[in-house]
Amino acid sequence: MATRILIPTPLRPYTDKRDAVEAEGATIGELLADLTKKHAGLKAHLYNEQGKLRSFVNVYLNDEDIRYLQKEQTPVSAGDTISIIPSVAGGSRS
Amino acid sequence: MTTQVLPELSNDEIKRYSRHLIMPEVGVDGQRRLKAGSVLCIGAGGLGSPAAMYLAAAGVGRIGIVDFDVVDFSNLQRQIIHGTPDVGRSKLASAKDRLLALNPHIQVDTYEEALSSENAFRLFEPYDIILDGTDNFPTRYLVNDACVILGKPNTYGSIFRFEGQASVFGMKNGPCYRCLYPEPPPPGLVPSCAEGGVLGVLPGIIGVIQATEAIKLLTGVGEPLVGRFLLYDALKMRFRELKVPKDPDCPVCGTHPTVTKLIDYQQFCGIHPASPETAVNAVSNGFDITAVELKQRLDRGDKVRIIDVREPNEYQINRIPGSELIPLGELPRRYAELDPDDELVMHCKMGGRSAKAADFLRSVGFKHVQNLKGGILEWVDKVDPSQPRY
Repeated sequence: MATRILIPTPLRPYTDKRDAVEAEGATIGELLADLTKKHAGLKAHLYNEQGKLRSFVNVYLNDEDIRYLQKEQTPVSAGDTISIIPSVAGGSRS
Repeated sequence: MTTQVLPELSNDEIKRYSRHLIMPEVGVDGQRRLKAGSVLCIGAGGLGSPAAMYLAAAGVGRIGIVDFDVVDFSNLQRQIIHGTPDVGRSKLASAKDRLLALNPHIQVDTYEEALSSENAFRLFEPYDIILDGTDNFPTRYLVNDACVILGKPNTYGSIFRFEGQASVFGMKNGPCYRCLYPEPPPPGLVPSCAEGGVLGVLPGIIGVIQATEAIKLLTGVGEPLVGRFLLYDALKMRFRELKVPKDPDCPVCGTHPTVTKLIDYQQFCGIHPASPETAVNAVSNGFDITAVELKQRLDRGDKVRIIDVREPNEYQINRIPGSELIPLGELPRRYAELDPDDELVMHCKMGGRSAKAADFLRSVGFKHVQNLKGGILEWVDKVDPSQPRY
């Protein structure tokens, strides 16, 4: 089952500039593993050296943060959309 | 605040705010609440410009601005509080003039200092609401923590290229920025607006959303953007909303807070005092090369391949003669175009992206990779001033 994953602007250089890609998996963890297999450049941005999801990159199942669901074990159903939302700081004088 | 202690409106003010006064949601009492209200804008830049202008026009009685920058030509594409004649002036002086020209009935207080753990409480204390329009992670976390500790709402906005984010943090029963992002990214992993660019109208949308939330909180109308994270994509012209639960384990606003006073936010964000500035000025460590050294090597006829890891649109603005373009994002699949025995000099705009590119190439076995310190801006300054800066 392919699930749509929305890619934020700062990470699009690693998905051939695409704003949405598809990946396979029954849980968020499986989906992200498939995603980083297909787009290897994303790996360093999503996971730290210990292989854990980075805490400044949030992953949402539809409109819910997976940290408040079952984290990477959160099951994914047909029709769900996954969003990756990194923190951005831009604003004032940059 | 009870209506008895709210300030009265003069006849001039009644004329000015008539479109508010005839709306039941604002009315005379709501306008008096705005007049009694105060908002501190952190930064008079992309977000702070439109936010402060609308707050002033709406009649918020006291507007504070914290900034220590000078107006630059490259600000004018989005920082509409400043005009062309203001280039070179302090942003505070320029902003204050503009706000008082818009509305002489308000008070504008300016603070020419960098927000820090030492001055944050003093600066925030007199204000009802803090409007966070900063451009860096240490200040984001500092504003958040100070707001939570003082119990002040933080109308938050952030922008990158053509996407924006907004929310209201620091409300008693709502989440804070740390509930959303417990930790900052390590330095260098997330590009800044100076590296990534920003669509000029984008901070207009997001800054005005921040001002809208501040006005709603001051007047007490509507549903504030609390517990909700608003995302805006200008290219798709689409708004989305994500949920932000309050984290009971949050170190600042959770049930057992561990951060109860302001900390060293540079250190929290992994920025060590000795890093960027001194690195630029330090002598070459073999990993770096200066613009002048590169020019000397080229003049000597050394065989050096210069790899520009910026984006194609940046390459159109200026370039080092003979350089080859391989954008950073394409490097992992294109490095086979380079020979691991080549003498390589990597460069970008300021040296950040190319340092990552150089690290990457070394990790895959390249032996002679140097990073151009200060990027092409340093090249333009020191070697070829005929080229434009951006």
